[in-house]
Amino acid sequence: MSTEHSTRPRPLSPHLQIYRLTITMAMSIGHRLTGAALYFGALLVTWWLIALASGPYSYAIFQVFLGSWPGQITLLGFIWALIHHMLGGIRHLLWDSGLWIDPPAARKLAWTTLVGSVGLTLVVWLLSFSTASIQ
Amino acid sequence: MTDMRTPRHRVRGLGAAGSGTAHFWLQRVTALANIPLVLGLIAILAALAGSSYETARELLGNPLVAIALLLLVVSASFHMRLGMQAIIEDYVHKPALKTACLVANTLIPATIAVASIYALLRISVGS
Repeated sequence: MSTEHSTRPRPLSPHLQIYRLTITMAMSIGHRLTGAALYFGALLVTWWLIALASGPYSYAIFQVFLGSWPGQITLLGFIWALIHHMLGGIRHLLWDSGLWIDPPAARKLAWTTLVGSVGLTLVVWLLSFSTASIQ
Repeated sequence: MTDMRTPRHRVRGLGAAGSGTAHFWLQRVTALANIPLVLGLIAILAALAGSSYETARELLGNPLVAIALLLLVVSASFHMRLGMQAIIEDYVHKPALKTACLVANTLIPATIAVASIYALLRISVGS
């Protein structure tokens, strides 16, 4: 064995920057990011439940936060992440079952996740405004 | 190719980590359970938009709503632990830090679950 052999730079496997961004890749990354975000979103749900259990004063503090601009943006982001991760999960369950796994169908399914999550979030948001205006 | 595993090991089929497909399977079972439960949570949140403390208290005191949310807390806390475990194992490679992250990843979902279950029971049972 020559020493030259071991000092030569070893071949590296190509990483993210080498590949063209595809919709399936983007949705895979999006699934992981929304999943991680929901980990912290769970804290928001827990705060909500504890505030409601603690009494009117604690709940009022929670409502002031949720009604503020940062609170509304957090809530909108949470709802979108929840729906996006749910649709992504359904996509993965379909792929696990061997359905729509061929490239054209997989791409269509990935686009459906994105379009569906944005569309459903808007529907939920508009419905919330209508219930809020009734109450 | 010669299989170096013992027959017993092959029969148990649990692989290098010793837990076989348990992680994979529980991730998918909880994913399936989360679908209707998350839809329920979204419906509850939308219904409560702009509502008072009393209305929220009344809705979450309803047995069916409370049971659905309790199921979601259990299913989602297992699901988030498994998901975050995969992220930690992918990106955190220093042994001590990785262990610390994995321990935190058991304690955080457990705390979230117990706190949420306590709050839901308190709302349902009263005071």
